[in-house]
Amino acid sequence: MDEMVRSAPKDKLIKGATGDWEVIIGLEVHAQVTSKSKLFSPASAEYGGAPNDHVSLIDAAMPGMLPVINEECVRQAIRTGLGLKARINLKSVFDRKNYFYPDLPQGYQISQFKQPIVGEGVVYLDMAEGEQIAVGIERLHLEQDAGKSIHDQHPSLSYVDLNRSGVALMEIVSKPDMRSADEAKAYVTKLRTILRYLGTCDGNMEEGSMRADVNVSVRRPGEPLGTRCEIKNVNSIRFVGQAIDYEARRQIDVIEDGGTISQETRLFDSRSGQTRSMRSKEEAHDYRYFPDPDLLPLEFDQPYVDALAAALPELPDEKKARFVADFGLSPYDAGILVGERVAADYFEQVAQGRDAKAAANWVINELFGRLNKDGVDIVESPVSAAQLGAIIDLVASGVISGKIAKDLFEIVWSEGGDPAEIVESRGMKQVTDTGAIEKAIDEVMAANPDKVAQAKEKPSMAGWFVGQVMKATGGKANPQAVNALLKDKLGLE
Amino acid sequence: MSELTGLTIAAARAALEKKEFSALELTEAYLGEIEGANGALNAYVAVTRDKARDMARACDERLARGEGRPLEGIPLGIKDLYCTQGVHAQACSHVLDGFLPRYESTVTANLWSAGAVMLGKLNMDEFAMGSSNETSYYGPAINPWRASGSEEKLVPGGSSGGSAAAVAARLCAGATATDTGGSIRQPAALTGTVGIKPTYGRCSRWGIVAFASSLDQAGPIARTVRDAAMMLGAMAGHDAKDTTSVDTPVPDYAAALGGSVKGMRIGIPREYRIDGMSAEIGALWDKGIDWLKASGAEIVEVSLPHTKYALPAYYIVAPAEASSNLARYDGVRYGLRVAGDDIIAMYENSRAAGFGAEVKRRIMVGTYVLSAGYYDAYYLKAQQVRTLIKRDFDSAFEKVDALLTPATPNSAFALGAMTDDPIAMYLNDVFTVTVNMAGLPGISVPAGFDARGLPLGLQLIGKPFDEANLFRLAQALEDAAGETPPAQRWW
Repeated sequence: MDEMVRSAPKDKLIKGATGDWEVIIGLEVHAQVTSKSKLFSPASAEYGGAPNDHVSLIDAAMPGMLPVINEECVRQAIRTGLGLKARINLKSVFDRKNYFYPDLPQGYQISQFKQPIVGEGVVYLDMAEGEQIAVGIERLHLEQDAGKSIHDQHPSLSYVDLNRSGVALMEIVSKPDMRSADEAKAYVTKLRTILRYLGTCDGNMEEGSMRADVNVSVRRPGEPLGTRCEIKNVNSIRFVGQAIDYEARRQIDVIEDGGTISQETRLFDSRSGQTRSMRSKEEAHDYRYFPDPDLLPLEFDQPYVDALAAALPELPDEKKARFVADFGLSPYDAGILVGERVAADYFEQVAQGRDAKAAANWVINELFGRLNKDGVDIVESPVSAAQLGAIIDLVASGVISGKIAKDLFEIVWSEGGDPAEIVESRGMKQVTDTGAIEKAIDEVMAANPDKVAQAKEKPSMAGWFVGQVMKATGGKANPQAVNALLKDKLGLE
Repeated sequence: MSELTGLTIAAARAALEKKEFSALELTEAYLGEIEGANGALNAYVAVTRDKARDMARACDERLARGEGRPLEGIPLGIKDLYCTQGVHAQACSHVLDGFLPRYESTVTANLWSAGAVMLGKLNMDEFAMGSSNETSYYGPAINPWRASGSEEKLVPGGSSGGSAAAVAARLCAGATATDTGGSIRQPAALTGTVGIKPTYGRCSRWGIVAFASSLDQAGPIARTVRDAAMMLGAMAGHDAKDTTSVDTPVPDYAAALGGSVKGMRIGIPREYRIDGMSAEIGALWDKGIDWLKASGAEIVEVSLPHTKYALPAYYIVAPAEASSNLARYDGVRYGLRVAGDDIIAMYENSRAAGFGAEVKRRIMVGTYVLSAGYYDAYYLKAQQVRTLIKRDFDSAFEKVDALLTPATPNSAFALGAMTDDPIAMYLNDVFTVTVNMAGLPGISVPAGFDARGLPLGLQLIGKPFDEANLFRLAQALEDAAGETPPAQRWW
């Protein structure tokens, strides 16, 4: 089976003291399903709330309580599976994963073990320099989240908050197809983009709606896979990268020092940037999985899936392809624009009836740059798509120059208003009146006879004159007009 | 015994309608009986006197308005396994000490909306694990029946021992029970009462403390087939809160009674003639065959070849599910908590103190059979056996309408007689577990007495959701056997 496993290109190998190493990464991402209520109870699945506010008798595992599947969670899992281009299993089974923990009231987690709702799929990653990587999806299954133990409220007791107990999670398991921390980060980013497009998970890692278990192993290029370690519950994309870099280096050092890697579960400490052992394989739980007798197998038919597929929104890969094909954007620019659905929608609004490349440049360079600088989300952008479109129109029709347009953008950003009115009222229109421009040229030439002489010898000196004329006209002179008149007056070709 | 407590549900209901006495009088009569008998029989673990009286008064108001419902004013005992709002509901386990549910099980809620009155909570084997009611944290319930000329205390069977003892001793008009491997039918057989385990999915399991979820079913224990039919009619029904409950209409079982069984085909499974079966049980079975023949039914010998694997498979599946179902009793949220140095110690201390020996045995067996490396050999194999057992029944039911078997391999036995031999105790379920494994309805009907004067029962097994025919056949047996006299009062 090793030949099925992708080999990393040379530049993704890690240098060790004894030669190159390849790092093999697979991820299990836990994504909280966007739904009103929990997977098997009517309690609210909303984030936050006072401790134990969102708890039903079922979530607290009171005697005699029974789980009832929430159809919305099933729909969301199927939609996610479709978004991952995965096989949807018309019959799946819920199993009990048995272990004791104070924030696991039932003494078992209801999950899917042997027969998950979603089977194999694929996620495509766009790496730098046009490299595309296909990361295989092994499966997606539905399961319950656990509650939360709180240890800092009492000197000798721990408290338990069951608000999250029973909230629906999708565990999305990738194949071990990633070969660098960057690829793993790109995978989590892309997965989050897909989930957000679908509206099946909000992807807020800081609220814990998405977290990753990272499986890392290293090997010599071409050799069989090494023993893997699983790093649990990594809760940001940056940490995923840090954890992999640290863990790969640790494993290489152990092996190069003559040691062996033992299969174990590790924790990532975000403060030190290190991973440390949590439990070894020998200490691993025996979860005693068996089908949950309280729940019948989950069954639905193909038309049910087809209806969900038909109502799926356009996903990032398709949107990107369309931007390239219909708008003539570069794959790189299109990739940036589709990263978030709202950004893509914003762009499309701006591009509507305008030059798409100009729209893309404005959105990517000016808007995104400004949003980043101020840490503002695009949904709260002070410059609306209509306003940005108006600015672009003013440039296209020659009313303002590109340089003035940037000033205008800045004014709209901080003050708002109709761009055309601002241009009018503040006299920002570019000067196309040749008389005014000629006058400015004449003045510059008269003041700099030496430069005029030089320009006759060296035509590229014309640039200096353009700069001076623009300065003299406050940047409002039409650059094309300045160029033409200058050449004429300087007697250039 | 007062005159009022001697009435069946059907008779009492008719008399209430005619205002021959009030629901409160009927309830008071039962409360009086309980007062006098419970010290000796230990059938009730909690008596809800005030609640009973309040409910009875409300029934009288309804009866006065002519708005009596099917069980209006009928006083019932409830197995402690049912969660009853604000009332003792501890599965007769120490681990649930002090637990008062804030909710009412669907089945009991159904009974109250049919007009029934709650007298209290009935004794049972701890978490329904047992066949003698001896594993109860509250001590054993005692069978009102004694062997002729003996004062030896006998078990009422289990796990619904309190339910059976209370019905037999006239401490309630009828009782709820539950059956996972025979827990309704075996105690009914040992106490001369009627008990039906309906088809899996017929009654909601919501609010009933789970033992083995794929096998547990609620059902009634009553004095007559008609009473059992009236009770099941009120208990059964679809419940959206239990996804294993089935959405199919509940027939009027009582109305279906009295019809002829002429022409019905009754299967006699040859594998139930087990090695070492007593001559008395064999004779009882033959008598049952003769009665049904005499009523016009046709007797057909059938084969259920995988019967012998049912009991061992049951004792894998049921403990496996129980080991997981009972994980929630950890001392964290309710019930008994025995402190420890850390959370693990608290779990261990609470569970060690809270569970009795039989429950611990089954948790350990269940944990073992689900463990990595043993799952395939035990749990998976047992589930395969279960499929084969179902298939046996399916093919038998292509030929017959119902099956007739003994209900138990023996009559009531002495307290302590089997407590040291769990396997002998488990064999009490040999005729009943197959029915749970296949999810079928089964009813136990009193059919006579053994040489020592102790009641014996016959079991009828039906097709899924064919309870109506089972009741009809059971009534034919009941008619032929004649009325079971009440146990002679010694308490």
